[in-house]
Amino acid sequence: MEHILEMKNITKRFPGVVANDAITLGIRKGEIHSLVGENGSGKSTLMSILYGLYHADSGEILFKGKKVEIGDSRAAIDLGLGMVFQHFMLVDTLTVAENVILRAEPARYRFVDYRQAQNTVKKLASDYGLRVDPRARISDISVGQQQRVEILKALYRHAQILILDEPTAVLTPQETEELFQVMRNLKQQGTTIVFITHKIKEVLAISDRVSVLRRGKLMGTRNTAETNHRELAEMVVGREVLLRVEKKPSEPRETVASIAGLTVKDRRGTTMVKDVSLEVRSGEVLGIAGVEGNGQQQLVEAITGLIKPEAGKVMLHGQPIQKLSPMNIKKRGVSYIPEDRHKRGLILDYNVADNLILGLHTQHPFVERYLFRNEKQIDEHARRLVADYDIRPTDIRQIVRTFSGGNQQKVVVAREFSRKPQFLICSQPTRGLDIGAIEFIHQEIIRQRDQGTAVLLVSAELDEILSLSDRIAVMYEGRIVTVLPAAESDERRLGYLMLGGDLHRTEGVEIGTSAE
Amino acid sequence: MWAYITYFVNATVLAAALRMATPLIFTSMGGIFSERSGVINIGLEGMMLTGAFMGMLVTYYSGTPWVGLLGALASGAVMGLIHAVASVRYKVDQVVSGTAINIFAVGFTVFMLRTVFDVAGTSPAVPRIQSITLPLISRIPVVGEIIGNQNPMVYMALALVVLVHVFLFRTVWGLRLRAVGEHPKAADTVGINVFQTRYIAVIASGALAGLGGAYLSIAHLSRFGDGMTAGRGFISLAAMIFGKWTPFGALGASILFGFADAVQMRLQEVGIPRHFVQMGPYILTMIALAGFIGRATPPKAIGKPYEKE
Repeated sequence: MEHILEMKNITKRFPGVVANDAITLGIRKGEIHSLVGENGSGKSTLMSILYGLYHADSGEILFKGKKVEIGDSRAAIDLGLGMVFQHFMLVDTLTVAENVILRAEPARYRFVDYRQAQNTVKKLASDYGLRVDPRARISDISVGQQQRVEILKALYRHAQILILDEPTAVLTPQETEELFQVMRNLKQQGTTIVFITHKIKEVLAISDRVSVLRRGKLMGTRNTAETNHRELAEMVVGREVLLRVEKKPSEPRETVASIAGLTVKDRRGTTMVKDVSLEVRSGEVLGIAGVEGNGQQQLVEAITGLIKPEAGKVMLHGQPIQKLSPMNIKKRGVSYIPEDRHKRGLILDYNVADNLILGLHTQHPFVERYLFRNEKQIDEHARRLVADYDIRPTDIRQIVRTFSGGNQQKVVVAREFSRKPQFLICSQPTRGLDIGAIEFIHQEIIRQRDQGTAVLLVSAELDEILSLSDRIAVMYEGRIVTVLPAAESDERRLGYLMLGGDLHRTEGVEIGTSAE
Repeated sequence: MWAYITYFVNATVLAAALRMATPLIFTSMGGIFSERSGVINIGLEGMMLTGAFMGMLVTYYSGTPWVGLLGALASGAVMGLIHAVASVRYKVDQVVSGTAINIFAVGFTVFMLRTVFDVAGTSPAVPRIQSITLPLISRIPVVGEIIGNQNPMVYMALALVVLVHVFLFRTVWGLRLRAVGEHPKAADTVGINVFQTRYIAVIASGALAGLGGAYLSIAHLSRFGDGMTAGRGFISLAAMIFGKWTPFGALGASILFGFADAVQMRLQEVGIPRHFVQMGPYILTMIALAGFIGRATPPKAIGKPYEKE
């Protein structure tokens, strides 16, 4: 079949690493081609070369059989390449239409023709099923809609090949499904799509072919129909992967944490958590499933003391803690993996050693003579955790900003898990991580459980909830709809409940053997 | 009561307010250009002072204030260029660069005044741009008294506000300029040259501040005096912020501050000290920044040098 785009022997070196090692990749016209690989495997570098942001050290790019030089993004756009970045390139204060037309404005005597702009965008949006209001300001629309604006930007510039860089990382399951529908529409109308992801499930769901990168090398290209989850996972990681977390049945003991009648308002004053009561026992994982934005974040913030609840109690071993400061709650044996490791979990410009004592920095043995840092203890602590948790690189003086996402998260996990917490709260612990890191963190969570920690797991990934939890609470519009034993849950049933479905009126959805 | 009000608010005071507002309008429009492109321009004061001096100097030699105006424009542009080279190209902290320009301008003008005229404090008198009387309009009651008989630069300032507004919000260049100030990387990925855009904006900013300064030395007065801008560059910056980085907002703020300037004398007569009135613009600006009057949100990328990967 005809290749619309070929990259031949592309090599790109950065100081100390070969990001792309003689990669040869052909993209067929009109296909959805997935590009998978762990973080740092070279996917983004390869696509940046294609889009003119980096220049390859050697190798060539052929577009429709002809050799091309792509010097900058302008040249890439002119060729018919469109890129949707992981971090959106949208101007918040401008409208959807203004963002779409930027640098290619319909104009009369250099005056922007806003009416024509809006009409063009509206037509484009309806042609491809990308629902979005051209007059809305970017800051007022959802992340999913912003992504559609990015796609519209590319289509407006007549992109024949659309590169989507981890588009699903920021989307809810519903939005992901909508995106897939858009991708199918685009394909039908002749657009070629390169889909970058590290979720194998998505690769199998949407693509025609898939190429796997590992450590800068192309491991192979497969027809999606002729491969499976296991084979791709092995190609990505380079060894056999445990697709299911191995764990023994839980042995829950006494109740460690109990939450009673908790009601929480967010910073804007909206009641996000409504009269929630839960118990978490020693030696079990309680999973909270729910579409993001249904109050999970506020629930976790109230438990950890980051916001004060309006009403209700949080008890740790029978003692109320809801009035304590986050520091004091921490001191009582509560550990917390925040959902945003950049904002809350780490100080990116601190080094590994300092990040590993955050929150413990005022405590023995890291302080001596009441005031001074005990460098020896801090270093020893850091070296031990770097080894125990396999954090790479191993230099404890390096600032964490330079680390991969997986290793950054390992720093957070190492700090929080090594304290031997009694109550562990994990919020989206594997978001944005690659398979290897996810596997590691999952095993660590189960290890904590087996050591008798009470674990509360909040995740938007149903797979994660299902594979780790012993019991699953479904949260919808601030309330706990139900709590089910994990054995009685499956994806369909949870998905249904997460969207506000009634447990007892299941209309067409088959559910497992429940109490009935 | 009515008499009390008309003592402060009457056609004479309003006409004076407009005169006092004019340098602020020019300079705040300059500020809008620079800051909308993402470059803080705290150097407006110095650019204005340079414009005031060079406007006088060129007028002195050419004998024509209109030529002097071009000199002011050019010298302001050069100061803008210096700020652009420092902050865009060499990524010097924009506040530091602007402050350096302010300090430089004070020394430069004092030094030049001594060197060229061998005087300290005040330059010799030069011809100035004379006020004109608008036919018809000047005969309209009240309105005619306020705007009918003014300096041409007052009319230029008012026209400039409209031009800047149209430029920013209606033209292709304005859209791109705003994009650069908000999200330079997004602008870059669609092929807008961020550096070039910022250079042009900062140079234009200096040129307009230069005109604002020249108004003082060759339109309002007919000589240059040491430090004659007396903080008006900073007040223009305040007007720009108070006006939420929009031309008409900055116009309104400039007129308000000009009005405060104009009623100063009269307020003094009723026992309100001059310095108290002079605090006005800054207090209002702080209130605006604190978010009491709607929200004053600066362009998002302001103050951050752009780094290409």
